Amino acid sequence: MNKTRSSWLPHPFLSLSLWLIWLLLNNTVSAGHMLLGAILALVIPLLTRGFWPETLCLSKPKTLFKFILVVLWDILVANLIVARLILGKRDHLQPSFLAVPLELDSPLAIGILANTISLTPGTVSCDLSADRKTLLVHALDAKEPQEIIDEIKERYERPLKEVFESCSK
Amino acid sequence: MPFAFELLLSALVLVGAVLTLIGSLGLVKLPDFYMRLHGPTKATTLGGGAILLVSVLYFSQKSGDVSLHEILITLFLFITAPVGAHLMAKAALHLKTKKVKRTGDYRGE
Amino acid sequence: MLEISLQIALLLVSIALIMSFYRLYVGPSAPDRILALDTLYVNTIGLLVIAGILLDSALFFEAALLIAVMGFVGTVALSKYLLRGDIME
Repeated sequence: MNKTRSSWLPHPFLSLSLWLIWLLLNNTVSAGHMLLGAILALVIPLLTRGFWPETLCLSKPKTLFKFILVVLWDILVANLIVARLILGKRDHLQPSFLAVPLELDSPLAIGILANTISLTPGTVSCDLSADRKTLLVHALDAKEPQEIIDEIKERYERPLKEVFESCSK
Repeated sequence: MPFAFELLLSALVLVGAVLTLIGSLGLVKLPDFYMRLHGPTKATTLGGGAILLVSVLYFSQKSGDVSLHEILITLFLFITAPVGAHLMAKAALHLKTKKVKRTGDYRGE
Repeated sequence: MLEISLQIALLLVSIALIMSFYRLYVGPSAPDRILALDTLYVNTIGLLVIAGILLDSALFFEAALLIAVMGFVGTVALSKYLLRGDIME
């Protein structure tokens, strides 16, 4: 365990999101619920510490913020593209399986990348190879497969690598 | 309720419903499982998100207070939809579900 | 005006539900049926939320949240079953 991190607040991000979810679930910002939520947010990470062996390491919040905005925008565009593909003639579609080589190491970053791929234009992540080096992706309409792979690597993998892996050394 | 606000809500709820419909249309129309997977994971999820946004705006305006708890469902949908799709795709690959003949394969074994 | 568009939206989502039911009935493979069930869950959430606005009641929120959670768990369990032939290991 990392010694610099305090033992009574092992996962600050988990605690913060638990607190926010508690307030959203009760749909209130009254003092009582804020206090109760804070207590739960402190106790739950302590009780479940065994399930979260590694602490989350985030650097460059600006890049992360920009990444989230890009993804939200892409989700919007992706849906219009997929809607048009579905409404169009189905014989024009050229579905393919693509193998995307990964440079990411941390499981969390790979998970986020796979989720992002599934939510954005015409691609769904299907399988991760056993050595965690390639991600199998199904594309709904891949006229130029290399272009899609390049876009995934440039647009999503690079910022994720910066955010999640620059502080692990 | 001001007219412009009502117009915005009406437009948003119709967009959400149409996206949901398109997602299900893809489910019926597309030829193989892997292609059908795309409709529900994207269109239907965003359609649900738009409808939930209408609910947030409507109940906030009605009570004169911020009512954000529908955001929770939206967030949950956006996190779980790709996870579910990934697992279903994995199951389909495992069972060697049929795919259309023209499916390109760039796996490079 | 909002009421009319809500009713139209209700109709559209109902058609979407029927389409998902068609895929659930026809199949042809097991993953197809799981996908149809998953789509049914998401459509139902939309239907419930629209009904909640139309009936002016916030009570539908809890039902929608429960269906979202249960739907996800159901999808994962069914997919896991197809993958391993077993849910718990």
